[in-house]
Amino acid sequence: MGAGGGGNDVQWCFSQVKGAIDDDVAEADIISTVEFNHSGELLATGDKGGRVVIFQQETENKSQPQCRSEYNVYSTFQSHEPEFDYLKSLEIEEKINKIRWLPQKNAAQFLLSTNDKTIKLWKISERDKRPEGYNLKEEDGRYRDAATITTLRVPVFRPMDLMVEASPRRVFVNGHTYHINSISVNSDNETYLSADDLRINLWHLEITDRSFNVVDIKPANMEELTEVITAAEFHPHQCNTFVYSSSKGTIRLCDMRASALCDKHSKLFEEPEDPSNRSFFSEIISSISDVKFSHNGRYMMTRDYLSVKIWDLNMENRPVETYQVHEYLRSKLCSLYENDCIFDKFECCWNGNDSVVMTGSYNNFFRMLDRSQRRDVTLEASRESCKARQVLKPRRVCAGGKRKKDEISVDSLDFNKKILHTAWHPQENIIAVATTNNLYIFQEKVN
Amino acid sequence: MAGAEGDDSLYPIAVLIDELRNEDVQLRLNSIKKLSTIALALGVERTRTELLPFLTDTIYDEDEVLLALAEQLGSFTVLVGGPEFVHCLLPPLESLATVEETVVRDKAVESLRKISQEHSPVDLEVHFVPLVKRLASGDWFTSRTSACGLFGVCYPRVSSTVKAEIRQHFRTLCSDDTPMVRRAASSKLGEFAKVLELDYVKSDIIPLFTALASDEQDSVRLLAVEAGVSIAALLPQEDLEDLVMPTLRQAAEDKSWRVRYMVADKFSELQKAVGPEITKNDLVPAFQNLLKDCEAEVRTAAANKVKVFCESLPEDSRETIIMTHILPCVKELVSDTNQHVKSALASVIMGLSTILGKDNTVEHLLPLFLVQLKDEYPEVRLNIISNLDCVNEVIGIRQLSQSLLPAIVELAEDAKWRVRLAIIEYMPLLAGQLGVEFFDEKLNSLCMAWLIDHVYAIREAATCNLMKLVEKFGAEWAQNTIVPKVLGMANDSNYLHRMTTLFCINALSEVCGQEITTKHMLPVVLKMSTDQVANVRFNVARCLQKIGPVLDSSALQAEVKPVLEKLATDQDMDVKYFALEAISVLALA
Repeated sequence: MGAGGGGNDVQWCFSQVKGAIDDDVAEADIISTVEFNHSGELLATGDKGGRVVIFQQETENKSQPQCRSEYNVYSTFQSHEPEFDYLKSLEIEEKINKIRWLPQKNAAQFLLSTNDKTIKLWKISERDKRPEGYNLKEEDGRYRDAATITTLRVPVFRPMDLMVEASPRRVFVNGHTYHINSISVNSDNETYLSADDLRINLWHLEITDRSFNVVDIKPANMEELTEVITAAEFHPHQCNTFVYSSSKGTIRLCDMRASALCDKHSKLFEEPEDPSNRSFFSEIISSISDVKFSHNGRYMMTRDYLSVKIWDLNMENRPVETYQVHEYLRSKLCSLYENDCIFDKFECCWNGNDSVVMTGSYNNFFRMLDRSQRRDVTLEASRESCKARQVLKPRRVCAGGKRKKDEISVDSLDFNKKILHTAWHPQENIIAVATTNNLYIFQEKVN
Repeated sequence: MAGAEGDDSLYPIAVLIDELRNEDVQLRLNSIKKLSTIALALGVERTRTELLPFLTDTIYDEDEVLLALAEQLGSFTVLVGGPEFVHCLLPPLESLATVEETVVRDKAVESLRKISQEHSPVDLEVHFVPLVKRLASGDWFTSRTSACGLFGVCYPRVSSTVKAEIRQHFRTLCSDDTPMVRRAASSKLGEFAKVLELDYVKSDIIPLFTALASDEQDSVRLLAVEAGVSIAALLPQEDLEDLVMPTLRQAAEDKSWRVRYMVADKFSELQKAVGPEITKNDLVPAFQNLLKDCEAEVRTAAANKVKVFCESLPEDSRETIIMTHILPCVKELVSDTNQHVKSALASVIMGLSTILGKDNTVEHLLPLFLVQLKDEYPEVRLNIISNLDCVNEVIGIRQLSQSLLPAIVELAEDAKWRVRLAIIEYMPLLAGQLGVEFFDEKLNSLCMAWLIDHVYAIREAATCNLMKLVEKFGAEWAQNTIVPKVLGMANDSNYLHRMTTLFCINALSEVCGQEITTKHMLPVVLKMSTDQVANVRFNVARCLQKIGPVLDSSALQAEVKPVLEKLATDQDMDVKYFALEAISVLALA
C-alpha cells in the first residue's frame, strides 16, 4: 500500500502506548487533543492539566525496520495554567482544547495551543552548544581573584548534549468572550483563525494585541440564541476560504475576499432532515462536533453524534458519503442523554491520501471508514493488545437480535471509555489514538 | 592591549564579556549594547577571530538581545579593521538573517545592506554575493525572505554575469513554494526594479509583476500593487499602457477586497506614477468603482483619497471630471450605510470647495455639508465642523452662516457632550467673522445656555469661550450683554450655577478691565462669601485671589481684605485654606 494509503486491507498492529497503565486516572492526565505536525515526525498531545507533550519519531533504523514508527518523548512543557477571571468570577481551566502546528519556517518548530480563552504560540527548538569560559570566575562558579586577570577571554561555544527548549513566543489574549473550540492556521502562513461559541476571529501570527472579528452570530438578545459555532477550519490551499459548523448540523463556507465581515456565508451545507427519524434528540445528535477539510481541499468531513458525513465543496444540498459510526446507539439515546454522553464531542481525521477516515466511539473502539471500498472496521485500543506488533482484531457490536460469537452486546459497552481524539500521520499509516489518559500508536503491519 | 597595569583597565571589560552570557536578559542586553567597547579592548584581530565567531553562534538568545546585536553589527566595520575586513561581519549577520522573528531578521538585513556599501566591488562579489545566494537558496523560508531584501544593494555594483545570476535568483524567489517568500519578493519587487536597467525591467520585472499580481494568495497580490506603482514610475509613458495597466486594472477589480483596498490606499501614488492621460482614461473610472465598492473598508480608503485625487487631476479637465464623475459618487457616499465611510468623506469633502470655487460649492457641495452636519454619527459631524474654515475662504462667512447656522444651532444642543464641545470651540471663529450684530442675534443665547449645561466640561469650555468673545468684541460689549447675565446667575438656586458665575469672573476680569471688575463683579463676589455652600465660599476665596491683581489697592484693602479675613475663620477647612492662601498671595496680611 502506498504512503498513507491505508485501505481496510491494511492490517493494523500495536506499536506503543504512552501514559500510565493504571485504573486510577488523574483528571489532569486526561488527553484533550492529539496532533501530528506537517511532516509527521512530531506528535503533540495536550491534556486537561494544561501540559503539552511532544513525541518525536525515531529516525529509521535499517536493522529494525519495524521500529520506524517508534515515537519517544521529545519535549514536555506546561502550556497553560489555571486562571481566574476576577471581573466575571469565572475560573479558566488550563485544559488544552486544541493544538495546531505551524508549517516549519526554520530549524525550530512552532505550534499554537489554546485553552478556553488564551492562545499561545510556542517555539520548540534544539540547542547542542553552550558557551564556555568566563573572565571573573571558573566554570564551576568559583570567583577568580580580580588581580590575576591579565588577559581577556572571549567565551567559546562547545558541543553539549542535545537540549530541547519550549518557549512561549506570543500570547494572544482577550480575543474571546466565550470558550474557544477551534484554531486553524491559514495557508498564507501569516494568519490564523480562532472560533468560540458565537464568534470567529482572525489573527496575525505576529500581532497579539488585535484580532479581526470575521463572524459574529451573537443575537442582540441572548434569549433568541438558537445556534452556536462548534468548529471552524481554514481551507488547506485557498487562503480566502474557511468553514464553520453549527450545533444545528449545518456548515457554512465563507469567502473572505467578498467582505471584511463574513456574516453572510457564500455556501451553506445542510442535509434535509429525515422525518422518519425525528425525535426529541434529533437536534442534539445532529450537532456537528468536528469539521475537517481533506488534504486535497475538495471535500470536507463532518462528525455528528452518530455519523460521519463527507461533503463535496461543490454540492451543498447533501453529503456525498454518509457513514454510520455507531448506529446501534440510536435506541440508547435516552440513557446517553441522562449520563450526558450525548454531548460528547468526537473528532475525526483523514488519512494521508484522503481515502480513509477515522473517528472514535465508546468502549475504546475507533472506526476506520474506507471510502473507495465503502467498507468499515471497528478496532479497539485496549491494554489486552499491548504486545509488540500484535495485529488488531476487528470488533463487532451486536445491534439486537441474537448475539453471535465474538460480538459484544450494546448493553455491555463501557460509555466511560471513549475515544474522542485521534490523529493520522500525514504520509504514513501510523495513527495516534487517545483513550482517556493513554495515547496508543498503531501502525500498518509490515511483513 | 593588556599591559602590566592591565588589571584596572581590564576589569570592566572582563565584566562586560562575562555578562554576554549572564542569565539576566537585561545584563546581556547591556553588554551587547556596549559591544563596541568590548571590541575596542580586544583589538581588531581578536574581534575577528574570537568575538565574531562567538556572536555567530549566539543565536539562541532572546529577541531583544538579537535585535540589539543585529543593529550593532551594522556599524562595526571600523572595529574589525576597516572596509578591508568588513566581510568578517557577514557570518553573524547571516545567522541572524535566518531567525524566525521578523524584527530581528529585518534588522539583520538592514545592517547587511548598510555594510554592503563598505565592501569593495571585488569583496562584494567574493563575499557578499555568495552570502546572498546562500540565503536565497536556503532550506528555510526565513533565509529566503531575507535574501529578497539584499539583491537591490548588490546589483548595481557587480559584473554583468553576476547581475544575470542575481536576476535569476530573484525570479526563482518570486515563484517560491511558500507564500512568505513570495510576499517578501513581491514587497521588494519595486525596489529591485529601480536598480535594474530599463530593458531588464521590461523583460524580467514585468512578467514577475504580472505573475505576482495574479498569485493565488491574496496577501501576495496586494503587495504587488505597491510594486506596480514603483514600476509604473520607472517606465516611459508609451510603455505603461501595454506593460502595467492591464495588471493594475485587474488589481482594481480583484475578487478580494483586500487587494482593492490596497489599490484605493495607494491611489494618489498611482495617479502620480501613471500621469494625466492614463488618469483621465483609466483611473477616473477605477476610482468611481472604488468609491462604489461593495466592501466598506474599500470605500473608506477611497473616500479618504477624494480630495487628493481631485487636486491632482490635470487642470484643463479637472472641474469637468469632478462634476460629472466624482461628485455623483461623493453624493452617494454622503448617505452611506457605514459610519467609517461617511466619517472618512467628512474629513476631506470640505477640501473640494477650494478646487471647485464658490458657485459650485454653494450649489453642489453645501447641500452635502448640511447632510453630513446632521449625520447621526458624531464623528462625521465633527469632521465637518473641524474643516469649516476651508469653506469659509471660498464662499464667505455670511453665506456659510445662513446655510449652516441652523445646523450648527442644532448641534449646539446635541445630546452628545463631545459634539457640543466641538461646536463651542468653533464659536470664537464664527463670532469673529459674523460680527457683533449677527452674533447677538443668533448665537449669544446659545453661548449663555452652555453656561448652565449639566456637563462640567461644557460649562468650563463655555467660560473660556466667553473670554475669547470679549477679546474679540471688547469690554463695552461685555458689560452690556454678557456680564449682567453672568452676574444674574449668582442668585441661582443651583450652587453649580452660582459657582459658574465665579468661574466666569475668573476668566473675564482681566479682559474686562479694572472698572467693570471693581464696579460690577466685585460686589457680587463679596456677597457670595456668605453662601451656605462651602464649595461656593472657597471658590469666592480663589476668585478674589484671581481678580485681586486687577482691582485697585483701595478696594483690595477696604473690601476684599475683611471678607477674606472672615473666610479665614470659616468652619470649613477648605474655605480656610483658600482664604489664607489668597491673603498671602495678595499680601494682605
